Amino acid sequence: MATEAGGAAQSVGMPQLDFTTYGNQIFWLVVALVAIYLLLTRIALPRIGAVLAERKGTVANDLAAAEDLKERASAAEAAYQKALADARAEAARIIAEAKAEIQADLARALAEADADISARAAESERRIAEIRASAMQSVAEVARDTAAELVAVLGGSADAAALEAAVGARMKGQPS
Amino acid sequence: MAAEGGGLQIHPMDQFIVKPLFGEGAVHWYTPTNVTLWLMLAVVAIGLLMVVGTRRRAVVPSRSQSVAELIYGFIHNMVEDVAGHDGVKYFPYVMTLFLFVLFANLLGLIPMSFTTTSHVAVTATLALAVFLGVTLLGLARKGVGFLAMFWVSSAPLALRPILAVIELISYFVRPVSHSIRLAGNLMAGHAVLKVFAGFASVALVSPVAIGAMTAIYALELLVSVIQAYVFTILTCVYLKDAVGDAHH
Repeated sequence: MATEAGGAAQSVGMPQLDFTTYGNQIFWLVVALVAIYLLLTRIALPRIGAVLAERKGTVANDLAAAEDLKERASAAEAAYQKALADARAEAARIIAEAKAEIQADLARALAEADADISARAAESERRIAEIRASAMQSVAEVARDTAAELVAVLGGSADAAALEAAVGARMKGQPS
Repeated sequence: MAAEGGGLQIHPMDQFIVKPLFGEGAVHWYTPTNVTLWLMLAVVAIGLLMVVGTRRRAVVPSRSQSVAELIYGFIHNMVEDVAGHDGVKYFPYVMTLFLFVLFANLLGLIPMSFTTTSHVAVTATLALAVFLGVTLLGLARKGVGFLAMFWVSSAPLALRPILAVIELISYFVRPVSHSIRLAGNLMAGHAVLKVFAGFASVALVSPVAIGAMTAIYALELLVSVIQAYVFTILTCVYLKDAVGDAHH
């Protein structure tokens, strides 16, 4: 269809098949291709290649730097965590020490108090025993005197030794 | 350019006529013609994008530098993927071909322009250059081993001579299909555009014609890029035969 239209419009038919222009087209095409090739190989391609390589390098460097920084950050975090753990352990140790000290103090105080109390109790017991002994003695004396009086009233004369023995026997047999 | 005088006259092929740039006369091989003009404009456009556009060599690229880098990466990957690692040496040649075809196609879409790649003379020269280059390169690199490409060793022995003939024919048809595909696509598209442009001068159908032109123009834009891509990737495929290890 296109060929017909072209053929109707002009005598040579399709201009693409006009071989007289081939030499001209091929010549200028070769000139253009050589120009493009030279432009590309002399300037454009090395330049773009260099830029791409540089960008790749920059990106790689930046990534490496980021990796490095990340590592340092994690190291810092680890150090921080370690310090925190150390501090916790230290605090726990101090608390334990304080507790132990307090416990020891308490135990000592208790022991002292116990000792004091038992000393006082012993003292009191001793005093009680003394008082009791003196009371017994008083009772014995009173009993002996009373017995002597009773004997005298009943008209006898009491032998002191016999009285003593009799009162002692009674008191032994009948404890307070 | 259509309705002159009484009848509707459409000359869709006139746009392809090669004529001298200055004055009238015969077209000698050295005569600067409209072909020359648009070839040189393609060179200038490529220079603007690839050289002027990248002049700042910025690590963070400008828009033009981005485009140049995109094309560079695209073609570089294509050569590496299709032709193999050994093919990367020939990347500048492939890049030259791609940029030339792409810019010639795109410049041809400017109204009143001349589409250099719609001429068989141009595309056949490109295709023959690829064909001869690849064949000579293959013979130089592999010697007689290059001819083993035609001897399909995976086929039964009885079939191999027949296959060899077929392979040989298909090999020599390559430059023909390679060049006609590009020129045919471009020529047909531009001729259709011109036909619709002729109809646009008739008031009755002009809205339809202009709408169709717009649609076809968009299609032609796509075709221009795709044909440049196809031309380049076929070049890479042919290059693979010469430099690659395996053949397809």
